[in-house]
Amino acid sequence: MAQAAIELIGINKSFGAVRANRDINLEIVRGTIHGIVGENGAGKSTLMSILYGFYQADSGEIRVGGQPASIKTPNDAIALGIGMVHQHFMLVDNFTVLENVILGAESDALLKKSIAKARSELERLEREYGLEVDPDAIIEELPVGLQQRVEILKALYRGAEILILDEPTGVLTPAEADHLFRILKQLKEQGKTIVLITHKLREIMAITDTVSVMRQGTMVATRETKKTTVEELAELMVGRRVLLRVEKGEAEAGGVKLAVKNLTVKDSRGVTMVDDISFDVRAGEIVGIAGVAGNGQSEMLEAISGIRRAVSGSVMLDGKPIDLTGAADPGELRDRGLAHVPEDRHHVGLVLAFEENENSILGYHDHPRYLRGPFLNIDAIRNDARDRIAKYDIRPADCRLKTANFSGGNQQKIVLAREMEQDPGVLIVGQPTRGVDVGAIEFIHKRLIAMRDQGKAVLVVSVELDEIRSLSDRILVMFAGRIVGERGPDATEGELGLLMAGVEQREAAE
Amino acid sequence: MDLFNAVIQVLDSTIRLSVPLLLACLAGLYSERAGIFDIGLEGKMLVGAFAGAAAASVFHSAYLGLGMAILISVAFALIHGFASITHRGNQIVSGVAINFIAAGSTIMLGQAWFQQGGRTPALASDERFGAIIWPGADALRGVPILGPIYSELISGHSVLVYVAFLAVPFTWWVLFRTRFGLRMRAVGENPAAVDTAGISVAWLRYRALICTGVLTGIAGAYLSMVQNGGFVKDMTAGKGYIALAALIFAKWKPVNAMFACLLFGFLDALSIRLQGTPLPVIGKVPVQLMQALPYILTVILLAGFIGKAIPPRAGGVPYVKER
Repeated sequence: MAQAAIELIGINKSFGAVRANRDINLEIVRGTIHGIVGENGAGKSTLMSILYGFYQADSGEIRVGGQPASIKTPNDAIALGIGMVHQHFMLVDNFTVLENVILGAESDALLKKSIAKARSELERLEREYGLEVDPDAIIEELPVGLQQRVEILKALYRGAEILILDEPTGVLTPAEADHLFRILKQLKEQGKTIVLITHKLREIMAITDTVSVMRQGTMVATRETKKTTVEELAELMVGRRVLLRVEKGEAEAGGVKLAVKNLTVKDSRGVTMVDDISFDVRAGEIVGIAGVAGNGQSEMLEAISGIRRAVSGSVMLDGKPIDLTGAADPGELRDRGLAHVPEDRHHVGLVLAFEENENSILGYHDHPRYLRGPFLNIDAIRNDARDRIAKYDIRPADCRLKTANFSGGNQQKIVLAREMEQDPGVLIVGQPTRGVDVGAIEFIHKRLIAMRDQGKAVLVVSVELDEIRSLSDRILVMFAGRIVGERGPDATEGELGLLMAGVEQREAAE
Repeated sequence: MDLFNAVIQVLDSTIRLSVPLLLACLAGLYSERAGIFDIGLEGKMLVGAFAGAAAASVFHSAYLGLGMAILISVAFALIHGFASITHRGNQIVSGVAINFIAAGSTIMLGQAWFQQGGRTPALASDERFGAIIWPGADALRGVPILGPIYSELISGHSVLVYVAFLAVPFTWWVLFRTRFGLRMRAVGENPAAVDTAGISVAWLRYRALICTGVLTGIAGAYLSMVQNGGFVKDMTAGKGYIALAALIFAKWKPVNAMFACLLFGFLDALSIRLQGTPLPVIGKVPVQLMQALPYILTVILLAGFIGKAIPPRAGGVPYVKER
């Protein structure tokens, strides 16, 4: 049996009443890539933060290379050869690559000497591992893929033998992710041990040697990757057989409710993000927009819902145009029957410091039903909020609770309930189940299909291909700001994947 | 020649008036670069001024006075740190509280100790920092142009003036050439990066605040022991706020800070010089307008006319480990 690089024995950690980790045992073999999968909130990141000394375990033992180790601060972890690449990069944006790499590991009190030393060391590391990046570039001017490379270099510069990566591909394009995997394989060949935290099962199957599954703070299984399947891992993650597809009947599409014509949108830097796209959404159908994040979906959603200025094109709602100058009155659009569930519920959809019932009427607060003269009709608001909590199974069932205290899935339900209950003619939903647990995903999908069956026009944008395939009656694929193809709900994953990678337009991506 | 002498005089008082601004501005630079907003510069200068003058008059020593000024000022900086770093309090509230405590306690203790209406006793010349006459200053006074520049502008200031101007390159060097400076700038931009690199965010910020305290202490000592022969209530008269304006004006850079403070000092000197003197074409310029100029300039700058002033990104936000 190969030697263990890390052993975790009986790790427990609680945050207040939440038990993030219970009695975790884990052994990571030296020189392997070990995946840790689990849903959001399963305790993966907490466990790794304990290993990196960012948090202290309430009880349990850590052994590094067979020796019991006391890891109280990141410094202890670094000294033991543990490096971590965080999900949100720990970089100083206006520093150079070199300055970021030496921060905290300066060899000398004067920078000149430290930098000179680091420069040659960095060049050696870059050559050895194929991690080229300009040492004098400013971080904020680098694309995310390169920023992540700097994080890896930071760990290697500190002599990391064990590298923990927390959701490393969340921010990467598929090409960047492929490059990252090549780097990880190379690191493994050089004898490094890699721990990969993710919730994407495909990545696990592609790159890991061993995979451990976490669920609700416990470690439920460890498997050899070769001997397991995506289906088995999904079941282990959720704890029951997962209905990846929701039952639904044939769509009965009616007249056009939302018509987008030749829409072109630029982002704040003047880059064309949406490039001359046209499509219709009819009553009684769900149109799904698939695509890798960052291919213009967000900008398109914002333009259609009147938040972002469009450069040209038109959007017709029930045959009448929507103001695309970016100065549209969202209240007026709501009155016209356009409901919008934004992609980023924290920033755009909710005021987290408000109580649940206050959020449940945001944007509809001047509806006569919620007013009593110039004042809010608190009773009516709370009664409605309680009804929705029951109908949408929002937990905890307390409309006076601060919204920040609800889980991500329940926050999403609050927004969905608010928008759906207004009985809109057109519902636009961005990332309906981002950060939502599998149980709630099923529920949200069922509600969306119920909306469709009532004859509403539904537009769904999601980066989760499974979701798009499960929900949509028609699938449009966006790539580089354009719609590169339209498919039916029976399109295969491979077919859509190729479209999403822009293969029809470019040489083969692989 | 009259005009030349007038210019020399205005420039000379520009230097004298800029010094407390410059010291306070550099003080603010240390704390704000480390991510701690410090609206309490004013208060720390005031307690420094009081402690310096009080100690100098009791112990009959200028240097003991300076030491006490620095000590008390650092103590107040640490109170700010205790509230805003250790207890993650609101930095603005803590700073304002320090200003109020300083304004009240100096008058109260002054009255209790010296019974002169909140003043400290007038300092004798050996209890103050006197002018340092550079070699040959008197001999060269007669030389046209260069003579007065050397003997009036360069020579003949107190040691604290030279300290203030030497603090500029020193601060630059610390900030951009040392490990401490790199870490301090990092903690003001992204404390999480510093934390995960294995450096204590709190200790780093405390050290930055100690630097702030030392500099505001010197600034206070300058006010009560050089510019004035003793402490007078509220003698900082808003200089801490002008220093903050200068800091923004200087975009948090040491050399810029020096020029910003010289500019503000110059406006101040000019307003004193022009008091009641009618100018050709414009006529009499109201003193109040001249005194408001630093603030007006800062507002114009903030509105984006002189380029963008981007403060340290983590400024004002207490560091909490993310869950």
